[in-house]
Amino acid sequence: MSQNKHSVSRRNLLRLSAAGLAVPSALLSAACSREMTRKGEGEVVVIGGGFGGAAAAKYLKRYNPKINVTLIEPKKAYVTCPASNWVIGGLVEMEEITHTYDGLKKHGVNVMHEVVSSVDPQKRVVTLSDGQKVNYDRLIVSPGIDFKWGVHEGVDEDVANIIPHAWKAGDQTRLLRDQLRSMRQGGTFVMVAPPNPFRCPPGPYERAGMVAHYLSKHNPTANILILDQKNKFSKQALFMEGWRNNYGQMIEWVAAMDGGTVFGIDVANKIIDADYGEVKADVINYIPAQKAGVLADQMGLTDESGFCPVNQQTFESKVHHNIHVIGDAAMAGPMPKSGHSAVSQAKICAANVVQSLAELDPISAKNANTCYSLITPDYAISVAAVYDVKDKQIVPVEGAGGVSRMNASLQEYRMEANYTRGWYKSITDEVWG
Amino acid sequence: MIKRKLIVAGLLTIAALPASAVDRGELLANSCFSCHGYDGKATGGAIPPLGEYPASLIVSQMKAYRDGTRNGTIMNRHARGYTDEEIELLAKYIGKQGI
Repeated sequence: MSQNKHSVSRRNLLRLSAAGLAVPSALLSAACSREMTRKGEGEVVVIGGGFGGAAAAKYLKRYNPKINVTLIEPKKAYVTCPASNWVIGGLVEMEEITHTYDGLKKHGVNVMHEVVSSVDPQKRVVTLSDGQKVNYDRLIVSPGIDFKWGVHEGVDEDVANIIPHAWKAGDQTRLLRDQLRSMRQGGTFVMVAPPNPFRCPPGPYERAGMVAHYLSKHNPTANILILDQKNKFSKQALFMEGWRNNYGQMIEWVAAMDGGTVFGIDVANKIIDADYGEVKADVINYIPAQKAGVLADQMGLTDESGFCPVNQQTFESKVHHNIHVIGDAAMAGPMPKSGHSAVSQAKICAANVVQSLAELDPISAKNANTCYSLITPDYAISVAAVYDVKDKQIVPVEGAGGVSRMNASLQEYRMEANYTRGWYKSITDEVWG
Repeated sequence: MIKRKLIVAGLLTIAALPASAVDRGELLANSCFSCHGYDGKATGGAIPPLGEYPASLIVSQMKAYRDGTRNGTIMNRHARGYTDEEIELLAKYIGKQGI
C-alpha cells in the first residue's frame, strides 16, 4: 500500500503545480523530472484472482511497469476449474491444480487477500470488508460466476453440501470425488447439466468421461446418466464418439426435449423428478444455472441477462466508466466462458487500460480460445476459435476455428491428450507463474 | 545554442512517440503464450516452445498450417485466424531473429 500512497501524493503534487500553486522548487523540479513518464502511469485495481483477473494484473505490469497494480482476491491459493475434472477422475491431486500468488508478487503486483465490500464508481474507490479504502484510476473486475438457486423444487444453496456442483473448484471438487469413490458397486451417478450460458461449455461432458474413467476401473457395473437442461452441447459428436469408443454404453445422455428436463429433487433420498420419470441416484452432481459473480450484481454491472454488457473492444463496462469486466461475467459476443477466453480478454483489456492511462486511442487485437477436454488420460478433443472486433463487437474470424477431426486415429487423440496437459501447464504458468 | 538544439531534439522525440503504448506484435504474440508458454518458453514437452524457434520458421509454418499444406491437430484451426501481416508481426516478436 505504501506504493499507492507514494504515487497518489506525487499526482496530487503535479495537480497543485499545474494549478499554479506555490510548491517548493525542489519538489517541483522532482515532479517535473517525472513529467515525461507521468502520462501513462496510474492506479489500477483488479478484483478477482482467477484466470481473468490474475492475467490482467500480470499483463498490466508487463505492458507498463510504472502502473501500480493491486489485485484483490480473498483466497491465498486458487484452485483452477480447468483440470478439476481430472481430480475427480483420479488423474491428478488437488495440489497439482492449486496456484499461489507468489509469481504475481514477483512481477510487481500488490496482492491483497481481502474481501471487497463495495465500490464507488464516482469516487473511484474500492472499500474492503475491514474498512480499508483503495483508490483507482481504472478498475478491472473479473468476478467469475455465481449460481441461480431456487430454479428447481427442493434445490437451494444449502444442498451443495449434499449434492455438490463442483463448478467452483476446491472443497466442492473433493466432495464430488469422495462421493464417487464411496458409491456402491453398480450404482448410478446422475449429472444435471446446466442450461446456457454457463462456465466451460465442454466441462460437464469432460467430467462425464472422467467419472467413467474412474468407474471403469473401480466400479465397472455402475452407470452415468446426464439429464441435460438443453438440447445440444459443445463438441457433442466428438464426445459421444469418444464415450462409445472408450466406455461402451456406460454414459447415457438425455437432452432436455427427450426427458432431461428436471422439475425438482428430493435431496435427502436422492430422487430426481425429471420429465424422463423419477430417477433414483446414488450420487448427484447438480450443476446449477449461472449468472455473473455476485459482486458484478452488487456493483450494478449486470443487465437482465445476469451478465455484464461491455464495450467488446476495451471490455469497459457499458454501465460504469473506468470499470472493465472480463472473463465469465462479461458478455463477450460468441466467446465461450472459459479460462482461456478470460486470459485472452485480460491481455486485450490490460492493453487498453494502458492505452487509456496514456491518453491514447483503444487498440484492437484478436482474441483466441482453446478448450481441450480429456475423455481418457490418453484421448482428448479440442475446440478452438479466433475472434476479431468489428464495430466494437467480437466476431469469429470466418474460416478459422472449429473442433477436432471426427474418426481420427487414436494417435491423434493421444497427441491432443498430451497437448491438453501442455496447455494446462503453459496457461497456469502464464497466469500465476 | 547547442543546449537549445538538444532540447528541441528532445521535444521532437516526444512528439514522435508511437500512437500505441503496447506493441501490436507483442499483443498478437501474447495469444501464443497460453499454449506455447509465457514468452514462448513452454516446458510441458509436447507443445513447441516457440521462443526457441527462428521467426522465419514460425512464419512459414503458420502459413503452411493456414493454407493446409501442413496438417496439425489444432494449429490449422488457429492459423486460419491470422493475416500474413499478423503472422509476420507475431513471429517477429515471439521467435528468434536473424536465423
